[in-house]
Amino acid sequence: MLIQVDPSALGHTKWHEYAVRFLFGGLITAIAGIIAKKFGPGVGGLFLAFPAIFPASATLIEKHEKEKKESERLGGTERARKAVSVDAAGAAMGSIGLFVFALVVWQLVPSHAAWMVLTAATIAWLTISVSLWLIRKRT
Amino acid sequence: MGQILIRFLIGGVVVSAFAIVGDLLKPKSFAGLFGAAPSVALATLSLTVATEDAHYVATEARSMMTGAIAFFVYACFVSWAMIRYKPNVLFVTICAIPLWFTVAFGLWLVWLR
Repeated sequence: MLIQVDPSALGHTKWHEYAVRFLFGGLITAIAGIIAKKFGPGVGGLFLAFPAIFPASATLIEKHEKEKKESERLGGTERARKAVSVDAAGAAMGSIGLFVFALVVWQLVPSHAAWMVLTAATIAWLTISVSLWLIRKRT
Repeated sequence: MGQILIRFLIGGVVVSAFAIVGDLLKPKSFAGLFGAAPSVALATLSLTVATEDAHYVATEARSMMTGAIAFFVYACFVSWAMIRYKPNVLFVTICAIPLWFTVAFGLWLVWLR
């Protein structure tokens, strides 16, 4: 299956579902800052890769898959579980990219401009994640 | 307090933006990549560089590597458990969070402390 952009998917998400993700994202960012201040950057840094919104996103996928399949009069529960499993497998590949993101920042930030390092690290995350996805798709 | 509020707002916006990109994409396995986007890291580190030195940011990033390994283990477990045991999605994604804590702090204690 080709990579596609589906704008209609946004219509399936309700405002409170966006609010939940905003809330969890904001909370974990604030908490990571507080932990870093209290216990030092060594502990605070761990939370930069915390799966803060994963449960909310997975629940959302389950709900949308169930609604879609039930409207087609098909059993949605099994399909929804598979969709969450596939999404989690994608997140596992993304987390390897996340490791490379952190590695790039760790190695380059002492000697380069921070904005350049964060841009390079984000590009590295995307490149590694997409490459792993393409490799897995072909095998 | 003001600093915490700014972190909350910027974190919320960046995390939501990556989540929306993930929503827009198909297939699901590809969209899943955005479930592990560096959204919290970008929000946090871009604020941290304004107030702390490069050594502080580098230390945070070094610890983040163990957090990312823990995320990998967490995501693999969720993916496997969803097929193997067919549990409730919220139940398994929440109950697996201690796995992230164990791996992240375990690796940090052994490797980085």
